[in-house]
Amino acid sequence: MIPVDDSALVRFLDADGTFAPSPAAEPYREAVERIGDADLETFYRDMAVIRAFDVQATNLQRQGQLALWPPSYGQEAAQVGSARAARAQDHLFPSYREHVVTKIRGVDPIDIIRVMRGLTHGGWDPTDPKNGNTHIYTLVLGSQTLHATGLGMGLVFDGRCGTGDLDRDEAVIVYYGDGASSQGDVHEAMVFANSYRTPEVFFLQNNQWAISVPVATQSRSPLHKRGEGYGMPSTLIDGNDVLASWAVTRTALDEARAGGGPQAIEAMTYRLGAHTTSDDPTKYRTSDEEESWRRRDPIARMKAFLIGKGASDAFFADVEAESQALADDVRTRTNALGGLERDDMFAHVYSEQHPLVGEQRQWLADYEASFEGGAS
Amino acid sequence: MPFSRAINAGLRAALAGSDRVLLMGEDIGKLGGVFRVTEGLQAEFGEQRVLDTPLAESGLVGTAIGLAMAGFRPVVEIQFDGFVFPAFDQITTQLAKLTNRHEGALQMPVVIRIPYGGHIGAVEHHQESPEAYFTHTAGLRVVSPSTPNDGYWMIQDAIASPDPVIFLEPKSKYWQKGEVDTSARALPLHASRIVRRGTDITLVGHGAMVTTMLQAAALAEAEGTSIEVVDLRSLSPVDYGPILDSVRRTGRMVYAQEAPGFTSLGSEVAATVMERAFYALEAPVLRVSGFDVPFPPAKLEGAYLPDADRILEAVDRSLAY
Ligand SMILES: Cc1ncc(C[n+]2csc(CCOP(=O)(O)OP(=O)(O)O)c2C)c(N)n1
Repeated sequence: MIPVDDSALVRFLDADGTFAPSPAAEPYREAVERIGDADLETFYRDMAVIRAFDVQATNLQRQGQLALWPPSYGQEAAQVGSARAARAQDHLFPSYREHVVTKIRGVDPIDIIRVMRGLTHGGWDPTDPKNGNTHIYTLVLGSQTLHATGLGMGLVFDGRCGTGDLDRDEAVIVYYGDGASSQGDVHEAMVFANSYRTPEVFFLQNNQWAISVPVATQSRSPLHKRGEGYGMPSTLIDGNDVLASWAVTRTALDEARAGGGPQAIEAMTYRLGAHTTSDDPTKYRTSDEEESWRRRDPIARMKAFLIGKGASDAFFADVEAESQALADDVRTRTNALGGLERDDMFAHVYSEQHPLVGEQRQWLADYEASFEGGAS
Repeated sequence: MPFSRAINAGLRAALAGSDRVLLMGEDIGKLGGVFRVTEGLQAEFGEQRVLDTPLAESGLVGTAIGLAMAGFRPVVEIQFDGFVFPAFDQITTQLAKLTNRHEGALQMPVVIRIPYGGHIGAVEHHQESPEAYFTHTAGLRVVSPSTPNDGYWMIQDAIASPDPVIFLEPKSKYWQKGEVDTSARALPLHASRIVRRGTDITLVGHGAMVTTMLQAAALAEAEGTSIEVVDLRSLSPVDYGPILDSVRRTGRMVYAQEAPGFTSLGSEVAATVMERAFYALEAPVLRVSGFDVPFPPAKLEGAYLPDADRILEAVDRSLAY
């Protein structure tokens, strides 16, 4: 692991939940102190509920119900803080692990399940307002950073940012990982974003591992420093501290939306689970390392903080009940998911009719029909 | 009007017709593109409609995708055929599939203009025929105009298409002149066209090869052979109607292309014609192609590219059956 420069790190909550802002956190302190108790509880609720969903999905995969599951376990604070920092009009581009981000924006978690069960390559419609301008997952690493940048260019061209109206101006946030940061597309996205001053936040979740490859193989210098090379303000945060994630992302998004151009954030975090359910992390990392990060668990940290502030037992019991209800609901609905029609694969290849696709669809229908009603 | 000016006029009409249309590319603004196809358009429509972008092909196509998501209709220029590959990932894994992955909820009206093919004596990676890579990818439409009139209309139709279109411009034709009828289009985007009537054999091809096929037909006529020539125009989907009609009349077919022959567009069209018009054929469908080697240095391109003689050799072989 690359040593973290603590003087640059924005952190509000210590691993034990004590409110102890780091020096770099000072500029954000006032905003964080203004967060009301209800919102603080929402942050906790988001994290705890999605963890229950994540554990349930992992179990469903183990039981053969899903082809694959990429757990978000351990990265909840980075995701909740940043997603809650986005305003309703903002556009979000996840990669494939941002389960809580999508849920916060309104995407039904069963839609992620449908992707991982092999029922769709998409899952939801980003143009449907109920999905909160959330784009679909992208499995080709880094690709989505360019799509986010292009959308940001469109916002600039249409004058949908930089007018000075924070409630209306739009911004974009794009999520990617430490491994993805090595992809050429991420570099090109940063070049385009800075050339066109897109209202965009590059949100890098450094969870220390790209499957089995440590971050040191991706970069010998701290990743947040790269942003500066492109001309972007770049900030390092403790990704396991939901308050730091919220405050820095809120500020960066607002600066971007106000015309300040793209911004970069590196969230120092850790995936406590496997990369996906096909992965065996015991082959490449030590239990000591995992244990040291488990002691920095973002949910336990927030819980301790809330208890210190006097949150009630009833609140935690309520979150527990909601978590259980979501997990149960997902299991029930997963089991109830139907199959696909053969015809579905021909349905959306093009928006306009394409004769080759039409002919092959018809051929398959006729071929299938030839078996019906008993062959001679 | 020269072919390059015709495409320029088509782009101008599209830019004037909708302020959602954007041109993006390397050197397309002030310079007007290395082939000057976009000349004058930035001066007329401004730097925000005609963008001189950073030098990054994946970035170009990837951000065009995002712009389409924001409701624009980007037209991307790739400077030369050999430079499309850095963008290949964004084209084939993203652009081609996003409508499908969104189950139809999102359209991808992005046009990628690529000057392609040989005959200009250029240096390495400046004369390639990458069409099969794109025709092999579902979700893309691939077209190639071969005349100024088609250049003018097909670029507008491509921009109007809700689906991504790979727009292959035969670069050796940029200076070729021809009539442009700006009052009405002759054919829809995806129609093939019989450009010369004949009775003995059908020649099929696309792009710059159409001119070569017409030369071959003129030479053959002097020797008493009547050749019909079909311009594919649309490489995906292929409009088989006129081709099959023609083959049913002549009983013979030769496909001519600059691209290497192995697993090429010509292979696909030949196989399909044999499947659908088998009993009309007097001879197997033959292919005349570039060789299965990297496009050679310019001094050898004359040996690499099919010319009228190589086409006529295949015509003779077909007629000898
Ligand atoms: C272009 C590309 N190459 C390889 C892969 C296979 N792959 C999937 S995830 C992954 C590691 C990604 O690591 P990182 O970007 O740090 O994100 P994380 O999974 O840790 O959240 C790899 C190599 C891929 N999806 N896309």
